Amino acid sequence: MSAPAQGMLFQRLIAFARLLRRAGIPLGPGAVIDAFEAVLLAGVGTRQDFFWTLHAVLIKRHEHFPIYYEAFHRFWQRGQVERVLAEMLPVTRTEGVKTRVAQRRVEEALGLQKRAAKPPPASQENIFDMRGTISDAEILRRKDFAQMSVSEVEEARRLISAMRIPDDAVTTRRFKASARGRIDLARTLRASVRSGGELIELRFKAPREKKPPIVALVDISGSMSDYSRPLLQFFHMLTMKRRNVSTFLFGTRLTNVTRALKTKDPDDALALCSAGVSDWSGGTRIASALEEFNKRWSRRVLGQGATVLLVTDGLERDGGGELKREIDRLHRSSRRLIWLNPLLRFEGFEAKAAGIRAILPHVDELRPVHDLSSLASLCDALTETRASRAHDPKYWLGAA
Amino acid sequence: MSALPQSIDETIKLLSGGSYVADRALATVVFLSLRMGRPLFLEGEAGVGKTEVAKVLAGALGRKLVRLQCYEGLDSAAALYEWNHAAQMIAIRVAEAEGTANREALSGDVFSERYLIRRPLLEALTPDPAGAPVLLIDELDRADEAFEAFLLEVLADFQVTIPEFGTIKAETPPIVIVTSNRTREIHDALKRRCLYHWIDYPALARELAIVRTKVPRASERLTEEVVAFVQQLRKEDLFKSPGTAETLDWASALVELDATALDPALIGDTLGVVLKYQDDVERFNAQKIDAVLSASRVALQAAG
Repeated sequence: MSAPAQGMLFQRLIAFARLLRRAGIPLGPGAVIDAFEAVLLAGVGTRQDFFWTLHAVLIKRHEHFPIYYEAFHRFWQRGQVERVLAEMLPVTRTEGVKTRVAQRRVEEALGLQKRAAKPPPASQENIFDMRGTISDAEILRRKDFAQMSVSEVEEARRLISAMRIPDDAVTTRRFKASARGRIDLARTLRASVRSGGELIELRFKAPREKKPPIVALVDISGSMSDYSRPLLQFFHMLTMKRRNVSTFLFGTRLTNVTRALKTKDPDDALALCSAGVSDWSGGTRIASALEEFNKRWSRRVLGQGATVLLVTDGLERDGGGELKREIDRLHRSSRRLIWLNPLLRFEGFEAKAAGIRAILPHVDELRPVHDLSSLASLCDALTETRASRAHDPKYWLGAA
Repeated sequence: MSALPQSIDETIKLLSGGSYVADRALATVVFLSLRMGRPLFLEGEAGVGKTEVAKVLAGALGRKLVRLQCYEGLDSAAALYEWNHAAQMIAIRVAEAEGTANREALSGDVFSERYLIRRPLLEALTPDPAGAPVLLIDELDRADEAFEAFLLEVLADFQVTIPEFGTIKAETPPIVIVTSNRTREIHDALKRRCLYHWIDYPALARELAIVRTKVPRASERLTEEVVAFVQQLRKEDLFKSPGTAETLDWASALVELDATALDPALIGDTLGVVLKYQDDVERFNAQKIDAVLSASRVALQAAG
């Protein structure tokens, strides 16, 4: 390749990297240099090779493939590139890989489409009150959250720090120095060499403990709509505080909001969540949400002995075999399944609803949340160590 | 030792020499990783042939394969090096008994190569007459995050420092292949250092080629039917779709049973080779098998 052609290629690669970045693929400044080096090494022959060469150096996540695919075909079709890359095969498109999301993001990044305007805040009047009702109808709507005040943020932080989930530690197979435990030969030996080997003073080690990952499955359907703000705030704070928290929201569909909740600012995080979810305060399909979780996510997030927090009132029309099967699968693949249920606080609550009876046999622990609309009671519910009858799912099954 | 491939086509040839049927995407990323000296990070469902890439590369290039199988609790003592403490203790006692215990000499003597137990990572950094070895770090997602950070350090400049001994640096960096089943996300910092590739289930034509290469004893008709059936299975709503490894196992199993073609009863009897979850097996009653079988035959015919 001649020097001017190389210069041109480099320019185009910079532009391409910029496009990918705008479409949401994080690329460092070294990426372009890597890409350039790779293209020279591979000695560009066909369009397909060029595609995979750039893919090899630029893409680090499977999820980014559709975006890359879309961006590549749009970017490298137009203009001068053909001249740089002397020969190219006709575009071969594999069907089924492109998703509409990827297309839209690339179009946005290319400036072909105006950035989608923020969804208009749903006015209060036409929000159809779904509280206290259950349905499996899919009603898609967005949600706006009130901003958190500074004092609210402070208070939330304090509450989360004070929260202690009982038995919230798993022993790992790694060791740390300790005053008692097993003999640590490595340290014992180093210590004895220090003294010239005259006396051997024993040193010990004990297994390290760590907090298990938390996976939250949060119901945001109509009957739970009053609680979504405090719940999201809670899980945002928890995500900030602990290393390994994954949060999923479900109504009629399942949405992973873990990334959104990793945003530092609580208001931004909630706004991002809100933008990512389209079924706020609609119906509930617990069974299908759990099924999707079991199939697509459980193997990816439950691997390290996670504690699963299921936040739902369990009110589902269809408590049939499907729900039973999915909750059973979830139970068997998680180390500990805790159900936070706002209905338990009512005097005389009986586990009669079909959905509740389907879920009950498969949870390890039930935790009544006295007032789900406050962060404090959420923290309390998880902290409470006093083993009460109310925590045992069998009690509720028997009573009903 | 053979030389590194000079082009993508040569890479495909190299891999097929080790009876690995690679598609062009995988060959490209393998080629680039060899030429750019960057670790290769392979991710994908279980049984799509991630580990096999490393084995075949080592075989085809005539390099030593050093394998580090990751597991929960893996630490540097098991991955990098360890001192043979028991032997060291004895050496100290002996020195003491002989009355020659001298602090300087003792620590120099006890912490010498003789008492060093080399683990996979250290072995991969040690020069080898056959050329830099292929280092396979298998199922990294099983190791703890702390180990990942440690690995990052080793992969950054291929050198390790043993405090009592000194720094060991690889003359030529090993060929590194990292695999993950994605039971958790690997940190971006580690991925950034590697070339990343997601290995998908193979398409019909490639899977046919794989079975023909790996199970040559299967009749052509059996091969075609088995592959078409598995391809069809992957379109079904299953908890775990069968990987290429399952296809190969199934084809070999059927050959052992002297089958020359698929029939519903045979499928019913041997389904456990392909489907590994009770829920999935349960769902496949006689009718379902019939339906999938006939759909797979239609697909096979359409593909010619």
